[in-house]
Amino acid sequence: MEQVYLDHNATTPVEPEVVEAMLPYLGETFGNASSVHSFGRDSKVALENAREQIAAFINSEPSELYFTSGGTESDNIAILGTAYQLKSRRNHLIVGATEHHAVFEPAEHLHEKENWLLDKLPVNSEGFSSAEELNRLIKDKTAIVSVMLANNETGTIQDIEALADAARSKGVLFHTDAVQSVGKISVDVKKLKVDMLSLTAHKIYGPKGIGALFIRQGVKIAPLFYGGSHEKKRRPGTENVAGTVGFAKALEIAGRRMNEDHRNLTELSDYFIEKVVDAIPDVVLNGPRTKRIPQTVNLSFVGIEGESILLSLDLEGIACSSGSACTSGATEPSHVLIAMGKPKVEAQGAIRFSMGRSTTKEQLDYVFEKLPPIIERLRSMSPVYERT
Amino acid sequence: MAQKVLVAMSGGVDSSVAALLLKERGYDVVGAHMKLWDFVDVGGDIYKDGRCCTIDSITDCRLVCDSIEAPFYVLNLSREFRSTVIDNFVSEYNVGRTPNPCVKCNSDVKWNEFLRKAEQLGCDYMATGHYAIIEKNGNGRWHIRKGVDGTRDQSYVLWGVSQEALSKTLMPLGEMKKTEVRQIAQKYNLRTAHKPESREICFVTDNNYRRFLDEWNEKRGNEFEPGEIVHENGIVLGKHDGIAHFTIGQRKGLGISHPTPLYVQELDTKTNRVIVGENDALFTSGFQANQVNWIGGSPDSGTFDAEIKIRYLHKPSAGKVTPLAKNRVQVEFFDKQRAITAGQSVVFYNGDAVLGGGIIA
Repeated sequence: MEQVYLDHNATTPVEPEVVEAMLPYLGETFGNASSVHSFGRDSKVALENAREQIAAFINSEPSELYFTSGGTESDNIAILGTAYQLKSRRNHLIVGATEHHAVFEPAEHLHEKENWLLDKLPVNSEGFSSAEELNRLIKDKTAIVSVMLANNETGTIQDIEALADAARSKGVLFHTDAVQSVGKISVDVKKLKVDMLSLTAHKIYGPKGIGALFIRQGVKIAPLFYGGSHEKKRRPGTENVAGTVGFAKALEIAGRRMNEDHRNLTELSDYFIEKVVDAIPDVVLNGPRTKRIPQTVNLSFVGIEGESILLSLDLEGIACSSGSACTSGATEPSHVLIAMGKPKVEAQGAIRFSMGRSTTKEQLDYVFEKLPPIIERLRSMSPVYERT
Repeated sequence: MAQKVLVAMSGGVDSSVAALLLKERGYDVVGAHMKLWDFVDVGGDIYKDGRCCTIDSITDCRLVCDSIEAPFYVLNLSREFRSTVIDNFVSEYNVGRTPNPCVKCNSDVKWNEFLRKAEQLGCDYMATGHYAIIEKNGNGRWHIRKGVDGTRDQSYVLWGVSQEALSKTLMPLGEMKKTEVRQIAQKYNLRTAHKPESREICFVTDNNYRRFLDEWNEKRGNEFEPGEIVHENGIVLGKHDGIAHFTIGQRKGLGISHPTPLYVQELDTKTNRVIVGENDALFTSGFQANQVNWIGGSPDSGTFDAEIKIRYLHKPSAGKVTPLAKNRVQVEFFDKQRAITAGQSVVFYNGDAVLGGGIIA
């Protein structure tokens, strides 16, 4: 059976060049980067070179970049670390209504278990939030605002500069989850004026298990882990040297290819949207047509459940996603689409196709061959779908 | 092209072997686990092993499917399960009746929502690891027969399944003994081969149904009304904290002292009384049942003899069944039976064939 991978927002295959770069650090250069001997020094040099490269990529100082295990950990350190640092003076936080659970859940934990006040910054029907709205929500006691740069489900690119400006002008720290953005669009922490920014390697053809958190010089956060002086005590634990090297290499490739990737993916997604809308009635594009990460195409097939489409496509070898998967693998309706005010019949029938470097027109043509009959079959069984 | 079948997998040895056997027989097998409830809703211990709907059981299903090269999915049916099975379970107990949630789950969730999912995925059949046999009769109707392994037979919980649903169902374990099923699992090295079985109510994770009822009702603002415990001779013996906590034939937990053992005879919702009496008084022969479904087709006319089973572990006993209007029946056992309990299923058999069933009124 043909296999088509259209779930690049979930994760990406590691580029062979990245694997190549990592191999020495899974082999002969094995030293602990914190050791004083020559073995340690070799690893330490590789680690710091990687830090320098990655920092340069987002226009931060190397000293402002802290390695973590990935996006979820970076988000948790940003939210919880700020809250614990400021808890004697502040008790309120604001997160975007379409955030990833890696931001939502620590925020909800603070709200439910530690008496923090929590507001969610609403979005409009395309997923955008306004700085005026944020202004209204900020209180004297607000510690942090966290709003993601590009949304994982819809690709909506938020105007972070304006939102960060609103927070900073009131003395409130601003964090952005940029795991779906770094390496795909230009991300510059100085231009965005954010205090903290999460990034990860595996969404951009790097290895899993390595990410980073940019923390602007002067911003204080309480660590969540204790046990060593690694990462300046903000994230102790023996460094994942091979991971950081792979991360740096993945970004180097992304930088080299950014324009080309962007152009290809825009072309492919335009082709995809046009063909699907043409072939299948009652399809809605979720999120904006422009101002989005082009590889993300989120479509609602009115009157049917996304889960059934997802599983039927998988049985044909086509991998995509619907809503967010939980541990058990059961799908829940997307909180992102619900926050965007999508009617239930549209939110339930949403499917995210996310393309990548290896995606071809031929693969999309295979999808066009398989998708219409699946939609037709499911609609013929649907108690709620009425042909218009 | 091979016929496609969606196998309902709990994470136990039975459904694992069912999937394996169908694969061996050349079906295009897809495994699916029904996520029916969440620990946050039902309470209990999230780390307890061996139950379906836990992450560990899902992992077991996943790895079994991988070993037989079948795709595997988790289907979230918790909304449907709550609104049909759990709500019914609670409301039945609240009015002094003792429900069979598995029967309700079979007719309203498995052979309804799950079957719908199977059809949506383009499957020709759904399958389960029940010990029962489904076959088509000369008259064109689908019948259920008892599983060959008398100690495992599950035909009792299947009386509510519709003809349409039966026509699309495979039960590959019906002709097998449990020991054979375990042997096959071992032979193929399935990771569920030695898993102990669970026979309790899946969503009452600690087997403490009173705890479950109390929590569920409390969360929804329902309060139990205390009342009197009365001897059948009219003497008030004590107080109770709500009739939902009792079931017919129960002896323990009555909180009364009496020279002879007393058993719950009746739960009177009108007077909110728990009526108790001697063991002998629990034996009766006649009752009515409603919501009757005739698996073998409606009986031609009048009264007929059948073997009648009134709870999961009851040994069927002979009696007369008289169909009445509105899917009701009158049942008379030839020999009195102990603790005929309202809310439980009654199932009528002719030999090993299920004729039909209903809910004891």
